[in-house]
Amino acid sequence: MKRLAGYYCFAIATLMLPLLFPDSYYVTVVGVTVCTNIVLAVSLNLLMGYAGQISLGHAAFFGLGAYSSAVLTIKYGMNPWLAMTAGVIAVTVLSYVLSRPILRLKGHYLAMATLGLGIIVHIFFVQADQFTGGPDGISGLPVLSILGYPIDSDLKWYWTFAIFMLASVLFSLNIAHSRSGRALAAVHGSEIAAQMLGVDTARVKSYVFVFSAVLACITGSLFAHQQDFVSPESFSFFFSIELVTMVVLGGLGSTFGAVIGAILLSLLPEVLLVFEDFEVMIFGAILMVIMIFLPQGLFVAMEQTFFRLLRRKNQRAADVTS
Amino acid sequence: MDQLLQFLISGLTVGSIYALVALGFSIIYNASDVVNFAQGEFVMIGAMSAIFLLKGGLPYPLAALCGISITVLVGLALDKLAIEPAKNATVVTTIIITIGASIFLRGVALLIWGKEIYGLPPFTGDKPITIGTATILPQNIWVMVGTAAAVLAVKYFFDKTIMGKAIMACSFNKKAAFLVGINVKQMLLISYGLSAALGASAGILIAPITFMSYGSGVMLGLKGFCAAILGGMGSSMGAVVGGLLLGLIETVGAGFISSGYKDAIAFFVIMLVLFIRPSGILGKAESDRV
Repeated sequence: MKRLAGYYCFAIATLMLPLLFPDSYYVTVVGVTVCTNIVLAVSLNLLMGYAGQISLGHAAFFGLGAYSSAVLTIKYGMNPWLAMTAGVIAVTVLSYVLSRPILRLKGHYLAMATLGLGIIVHIFFVQADQFTGGPDGISGLPVLSILGYPIDSDLKWYWTFAIFMLASVLFSLNIAHSRSGRALAAVHGSEIAAQMLGVDTARVKSYVFVFSAVLACITGSLFAHQQDFVSPESFSFFFSIELVTMVVLGGLGSTFGAVIGAILLSLLPEVLLVFEDFEVMIFGAILMVIMIFLPQGLFVAMEQTFFRLLRRKNQRAADVTS
Repeated sequence: MDQLLQFLISGLTVGSIYALVALGFSIIYNASDVVNFAQGEFVMIGAMSAIFLLKGGLPYPLAALCGISITVLVGLALDKLAIEPAKNATVVTTIIITIGASIFLRGVALLIWGKEIYGLPPFTGDKPITIGTATILPQNIWVMVGTAAAVLAVKYFFDKTIMGKAIMACSFNKKAAFLVGINVKQMLLISYGLSAALGASAGILIAPITFMSYGSGVMLGLKGFCAAILGGMGSSMGAVVGGLLLGLIETVGAGFISSGYKDAIAFFVIMLVLFIRPSGILGKAESDRV
């Protein structure tokens, strides 16, 4: 109970927002974007933060989910849930096949391979225009309905995304305290040491890669239905970089770090809109400054400061009583 | 066969540019273990400053020289303001810092130069020279000759000069280099400057052929990274070979398969190479220290 206290507060806040501000643009429109980015950041954090494997191509799996939903429902008239399942199966197979050779690589080589994967998938979206509609994308996805209830308003979409997001966050928080979570942490700490302890590191890494890809893929499908439109621009190299930034900004390895990073980075464009042409420059500057001065991430730095102050206060109280 | 000759010419031209960018990657990586994702921005800044100085009325050689100098200053600033303060940063952190730097530089370029596309006039005329059935532009020759000169200069610098040897010493072992009295910080600074100069030269050489805008550096930088990995990260001559090879593969691939997938071919090849031989063509296999 105590371990998840923070999570319950977060869940209540997320679910209260639409009740308090049902018509706010920030809840129904920005809120959905924030939830999308949170799931993506949390899924990337499983791979990068828990297992210590960098990926500069996470947007590819997000895009594959979105495009399989869009193409299969629009071009082939498939049922939305069936299309989503087909996407998940395709991404599971693809990511599993790629996971072994990719995750054998380390450091800069791993960065290069994942980056290459992201760019190849993006170019495919742009070039295979008989399926994907090319650079203009495709629109007109059918309405998604859950057990007969159509999700057809902004507010309903917010609920859908909020619940999906809360489930992913809970899952990510719990996995850290499971056997697989500890195996991941061991791989992160030292692969060789983990092997010595009997962890099948290749399998662990491959599982987390597939899992993180599938989570991104489902998010992509939901995103496509919610937006009612997909275009390659949403799944570019830059978006992969943004996702990495979210994870690192909040604090690598911390689920709530990823959540905070995703929230901040999703709100940033709304704030920077005022600065128009300065937006790109400010974004880059923020990224650099935080990484130089707080490499452990904003959330983790805040958490550490908080606990340090708390400890000092307890210490002082103990000194007084003795 | 005739087509092949034409591919060879354009492949080597674009490959030369990749080689210069990759060489820049390699130098910084050797000196500081950092993969500088802002390398492509050096190319863009060099070309764009030269273009605007030329527009401002400076004579061509002077504009080119000033373009390179401005980029060198940017490179020095990058080391001093972003890399040096982040001591003991992990690989992921340095990757993000340099990505941040590249976004920042792109943002500044957008503010100064706007979104339009610009080009430089060719160095010496644009009358094509015919070889058999293939044609070659004077600028293609400039690119290849310029690259060859830059590569030889870099090789001479590292093999023959005290300063170059000092930088090599830093790349082997920083602590040992420090102990024999080498100013490690200064050597790092010089490698950033050198790498920026190479990037800027690449930009000025290629600007008459491909045109430039504030965002042109991204793909060039990534391709340079590809080339550096293809040749084996950290090996200077590997970077040059990797660059030329990547240019050729890309041009032939674009010619025979599809020009739309040109960039995808390059990345596909690099992934295959990584899967089969993770340490690159000329790179040494790494072993883990436990």
